[in-house]
Amino acid sequence: MSIQEIKNQEITSSQGADSAIEMITIIVDGFEVSVPKGTLVIRAAEKLGIQIPRFCDHPLLDPVGACRQCLVDIEINGRKFPKPQASCTIPVEPGMVVNTQLTSPVAEKAQKGVMELLLINHPLDCPVCDKGGECPLQNQAMSNGGGESRYEGVKRTFEKPINISSQVLLDRERCILCARCTRFSEQIAGDPFITLNERGALQQVGIYEKEPFQSYFSGNTVQICPVGALTGASYRFRARPFDLVSTPSACEHCASGCDMRVDVRRGKTLRRLAGDDSTVNEEWSCDKGRWAFKYEHRDRLTSPLIRNESGELVEASWPEALAHAAHGLSINRAAVLVGGRSTIEDAYGYSKFARIALNTNDIDFRSRTSSDEERNFLAALLLGKSVTYLDIDKADQVILLGFEPEEESPIIFLRIFKQVRKRGLKVSALAPFTSRGNEKLKATVIKNVGNEVEDISKFALTNRSVILVGERLAEVSGALTAALKLAEQSGAKLAWIPRRAGERGALEAGAIGNLLPGARQVADPKARQDIERAWGSGPLPTQTGLSTDQILDALHKGEIEALLVGGVDPGDISASAIDGLRKAFVVSLEIRNSAMSEVADVVLPVAAVVEKSGSFLDWQGRARKFEAAVTNSLHRSDVRILSILADEIGRPINLGTVEKAAKELASFGDGSSDQKSALASLSADQAKIKEPGKNQAILTSWRLLLDNGSLQEHEPNLAGTAHPCVAVISDDRANRLGVVDGDLIKISNSNGEIILPLQIGDIDPRAIWIPRNSENSRPLLALKSATHSLVSVVKA
Amino acid sequence: MNQPISSPYSDKDLAVMDSIVKRYPRTRSAIMPLLHYLQSIEGYVTETGIETIAQILSLESAEVNAVATFYTQYKRKPVGQYHVGICTNTLCAVMGGDAIYQSVLEHLGIENDGVTDDGKVSVEHIECNAACDYAPVVMANWEFYDNQNVESAKDLVDSMRQGNPPPPTRGPDRLVTWKEASAVLAGINDGLAHQGVQAGDPTLLGLKIAKNSKGGE
Amino acid sequence: MNTLTPVLSAFWDQKDSFTMEGYKRNGGYLALAKALAMDPDKIIEEVKESGLRGRGGAGFPTGMKWGFIPQGDQKDHYLVVNADESEPGTCKDTPLLMANPHVLIEGVIIASYAIRANHAFIYIRGEVTHVVRRVQQAIEDAYSAGLLGKNILGKGFDLELVLHVGAGAYICGEETALLDSLEGFRGQPRLRPPFPAIAGLYARPTVVNNVESIASVPSIIANGAQWFASMGTEKSKGFTLYSLSGHITNPGQFEAPLGITLRELIDMAGGVRAGHKLKFWTPGGSSTPMFTDAHLDVPLDYEGVAAAGSMLGTKALQIFDETTCVVRAVLRWTEFYKHESCGKCTPCREGTWWLVQALKNLENGQGAPEDLEKLLDICDNIMGRSFCALADGAASPIISSLQYFRDEYLEHLKNGGCPFDPAASTIFATAGLR
Ligand SMILES: Cc1cc2nc3c(=O)[nH]c(=O)nc-3n(C[C@H](O)[C@H](O)[C@H](O)COP(=O)(O)O)c2cc1C
Ligand code: SF4
Ligand code: FES
Repeated sequence: MSIQEIKNQEITSSQGADSAIEMITIIVDGFEVSVPKGTLVIRAAEKLGIQIPRFCDHPLLDPVGACRQCLVDIEINGRKFPKPQASCTIPVEPGMVVNTQLTSPVAEKAQKGVMELLLINHPLDCPVCDKGGECPLQNQAMSNGGGESRYEGVKRTFEKPINISSQVLLDRERCILCARCTRFSEQIAGDPFITLNERGALQQVGIYEKEPFQSYFSGNTVQICPVGALTGASYRFRARPFDLVSTPSACEHCASGCDMRVDVRRGKTLRRLAGDDSTVNEEWSCDKGRWAFKYEHRDRLTSPLIRNESGELVEASWPEALAHAAHGLSINRAAVLVGGRSTIEDAYGYSKFARIALNTNDIDFRSRTSSDEERNFLAALLLGKSVTYLDIDKADQVILLGFEPEEESPIIFLRIFKQVRKRGLKVSALAPFTSRGNEKLKATVIKNVGNEVEDISKFALTNRSVILVGERLAEVSGALTAALKLAEQSGAKLAWIPRRAGERGALEAGAIGNLLPGARQVADPKARQDIERAWGSGPLPTQTGLSTDQILDALHKGEIEALLVGGVDPGDISASAIDGLRKAFVVSLEIRNSAMSEVADVVLPVAAVVEKSGSFLDWQGRARKFEAAVTNSLHRSDVRILSILADEIGRPINLGTVEKAAKELASFGDGSSDQKSALASLSADQAKIKEPGKNQAILTSWRLLLDNGSLQEHEPNLAGTAHPCVAVISDDRANRLGVVDGDLIKISNSNGEIILPLQIGDIDPRAIWIPRNSENSRPLLALKSATHSLVSVVKA
Repeated sequence: MNQPISSPYSDKDLAVMDSIVKRYPRTRSAIMPLLHYLQSIEGYVTETGIETIAQILSLESAEVNAVATFYTQYKRKPVGQYHVGICTNTLCAVMGGDAIYQSVLEHLGIENDGVTDDGKVSVEHIECNAACDYAPVVMANWEFYDNQNVESAKDLVDSMRQGNPPPPTRGPDRLVTWKEASAVLAGINDGLAHQGVQAGDPTLLGLKIAKNSKGGE
Repeated sequence: MNTLTPVLSAFWDQKDSFTMEGYKRNGGYLALAKALAMDPDKIIEEVKESGLRGRGGAGFPTGMKWGFIPQGDQKDHYLVVNADESEPGTCKDTPLLMANPHVLIEGVIIASYAIRANHAFIYIRGEVTHVVRRVQQAIEDAYSAGLLGKNILGKGFDLELVLHVGAGAYICGEETALLDSLEGFRGQPRLRPPFPAIAGLYARPTVVNNVESIASVPSIIANGAQWFASMGTEKSKGFTLYSLSGHITNPGQFEAPLGITLRELIDMAGGVRAGHKLKFWTPGGSSTPMFTDAHLDVPLDYEGVAAAGSMLGTKALQIFDETTCVVRAVLRWTEFYKHESCGKCTPCREGTWWLVQALKNLENGQGAPEDLEKLLDICDNIMGRSFCALADGAASPIISSLQYFRDEYLEHLKNGGCPFDPAASTIFATAGLR
């Protein structure tokens, strides 16, 4: 922690976090306004609709008062400050009278003067600058500037734009040194890779030459730069703001739940910006959310496909394809697998389709490693209190179990980091090693692979603590149960954080074998009756459905012969998943050609997120609704196609529109309070892992934020800032193997091998860590295991 | 994460750096003396140096670089064995500093911040060095050469090139090298504090007058 | 009449004045023994009563500053001595430290004891190798003598003192920039509040004082507040170091009571250099508006200089005779401010960049008389608009020179260049001076 952060903490804590909010009334330009104590003058004025010009000020960054654009006249109880003051740095005080540029000639002249000074070294390249048309400097120069510059001197020049990472370019001539970008990187992201360098008129933003701006959050600096000094490589020179149509949207990548804005030109997304939701992402987004959208444009399916007699997928008409799909699904025993990025409406479509059109509870949204224990855990979880970002803000400590926030839910990372920086929030994590993210969080990392259940039981928590459980915890038998117990015993809040945007919604929509929509238990007759009544259907299937693994098993054994899948990558589930799928009749709803197309008998193209409306439930269980940003798309949402398909089968689900699906699901309310039985079936034994032998290690892994995920394809700039794909081993092991940082090592078992450069880290000496889905490192496919198994590790 | 520091510096140098860090209640404070110390090893701030400091203090290299580039005494390229600073702030400039600066550069055939081919002397014009009562002032490795004129300054740089510079006016008995001086600035005592005058005449002027007039009373 | 009062400089003429023996021989560290027997609050009281005001430029009452440190707060407190001395013309702390570092160390121990600090720092500018040696050696000697470290003089008071060497940045003399620099950051000023007394070094209560301020403390403790207050003027008490430089027969340091005039000082220094007359001078470094020969009798105390339209500042009296071109002098200072601007805020960073170019044009005789109004207007947009006082200092020489020497600027324009011969103002132009 930097000393400035320590300062922050102390100043915040000395202000007393919990004291009641005191209101202070001041006068701005003759009008009274009451604001909470601590509010800055610039924001008190805003409340009255008085806009004081500004550049360095940003409500989420520590004030710096650097640009001096916001100068106003202030007096307190009749005592006037001798000089105009920066309104972005001065908190309101009782008896304060503020005169802005509107009522004070001194303030007006000061602001004009600063504007003139800001412009003397700023190039006049607005016509070719990406920011032109949406540039705060341009706008304020127009509205408050002096018209003609009196400056006749030489402008400061720098080498034209330089790449400070593969995705961000810096044009130092345009920079007005507001330090928003550098403050963001340090204060919000904890990645001080860009800094102010040199001094005085030569001061400039820069990186250390050998270390590019490798931050997962770098795109935010482009968004908050008040001039065109920072630009994104992928949007550079692509459009003018007035060509773009902006639509509020929701991010489809992870479960953080970000508010986004999509800018579309002629049916194509040109860029995405972080939206402003103070209860979720504040004004930030991660770079994946911002820049991974080219999948919308490339390899799109435009027409349905049918596998013909000679085994080739060929284009077909919709009626033909639907008829074929309906036939295959109705003559065989069928199950449903739902992808992790479905909207809640689509997931509800699959859920209802399974129960009514296919008469089965064999449905699962967990197209990844999962367990039965997890299914019970999820059912039990829905009984619990909801947990939100605000709970993190107030927590006395945060425990991370099977969860790497910076990699797996970056906005949660930002939220925790903010509290760590602001008030020294205590963070502990159960992980094989201290990742860079956890280092930034100053987390106490308990590195004890294979002993998670016991370690979980040892935490001492209070009812102000927050336990964040990642989906990977399901991979350790007994751990989810232990987490649930810990929460129960301590009163701590427990939240489950799936990696993908659609999972939480799919859970509530009942796209899982043990639950019906609205968290009702399949096994509960009364719950089934509720749903039957609402659907006006006959009796629903009574047997608890199979899970993903069981479905695949059944496919292998031929017990299930048909499968409906929506946006699933079989490689995410297991190496052998694809073999089971080959045996079955597969109907796949897809936006692009994928591995699933290889085994599908019918492929039905569906809309991407920008082309449809819907909503995602984030990890908090909070819905973010969005409308189609591309309004004239011919693609339809999954749920609409499912509804037609159900008609074709002759067992209608009546979900002709997204709105209808949303409304119907909402009408169920929360049925979870009726039952407690789920908890009963939880078990708490951890399978013992054998002690690794001399050249053996316990395998561990997780997915990096930027990896081989299919939604990140065609984004080389983004990929350029991925964390390095390395295997982490202990100092000890490196010595034993006679290897140093960067050397190649081979990780293998009877199924296969992976060769990676190594990095020495403070890892549990018995363990090895590798990325789960990166170039050259896909353990689930290569080793048929992603974690908690023994592998051999030797020098390659 | 207490990883061993990987750097090409000797164990002795690393031990000194460690002792510098220990001077402070918070480690980051050591960044400036560490940079001075690097200059005592390599003569200027190298990338290796920046990266080593970053490791020692658990900072990003960018953060160390940001600090190093703020201060003019940290050099980005090698300077001479004797780095000469000629004061051209107003008072010294007017009193002759401008003339000295111009003629020394011409004499050596180098530009501002340049180094002679033999690597012996580099020249930089500097701001006021807190010796105005000795104007015009020339510094060498930040030691005082007081009351200079064009000829004396040229002689001074010549003697440096020959390897026998005279001792500073107010300083130790011999002019230490740039690297040696940098170690002093890093807080390493070179044992020369007792050498040289305690004060020059201008410093003592008021005292002398006071004593004289007292004697006359 | 003897107007000089050597106290700090009283035995600088002894060859070993900088050593522990030399200092002790002249009564050194006796005040410390006395102070450690006193209640810390009593020391603060004594310093308040003495009327000592900060010698770093602003003249803030030292005792009052100490009194702002919250007591009983269970936090670490720090004392930081500002030995960055870089204001053009200022050259008092440097010779003081070279000739007698122990008086500062004694002052540091007493001040730290008073404000309940167990850790003190001396932030010294980096461009003075020999002074660094002397102070470093003195600190080590003080440790050896049991005057620093644990249980000082057996009185149960602990103090660590660290010498921190700067690296060439005038702005680090500004106290909050100094603190950032000392914490290992770029030396850029901090927002205030919080003031250093509440959240200074490492966000802890901190006193920042100039070398001369702290060095004056032992004599106050030794001789009493009344003794100190008996010197000087009504609101500017005590003695201080005046530094005369430039076109003067004998430049040098003069320790005198506050309120002495430049006329008296120049007399003692043997007059303006032979055959020349005073043209302009700075009362307290380049950042304080310049004066002319009309101000020879202004009492050089805080009130007197302020009343005459400038600031006492660091009492750096830079004397320029009629051979000096005021435009050249001002341009050179402006170049200094441009070089030393930290870059944080717009008016200072961009303004000094512009001012240098504007003044260069004027020096070269380019432009029109209206450009002088423009120049003043740019100054108006910088002064009082910037983050810290550095920029005010940058505007001062320009505004004041235009006030007194507007015609000389016009003369450049009329002349199409500078009408002065730079050689005439050099020290070597006058035979026999050196
Ligand atoms: C640009 C600037 C430079 C300064 N330089 C110095 C300096 O070199 N030495 C100093 O003692 N004070 C300097 N000051 C004043 C300090 O900020 C501070 O007021 C002083 O150290 C307080 O000590 P005092 O109360 O003992 O005078 C400077 C102020 C500014 C604005
Ligand atoms: S790049 Fe932009 S955000 Fe960063 S300092 Fe410059 S103007 Fe500000
Ligand atoms: S917005 Fe207030 S100083 Fe920049």
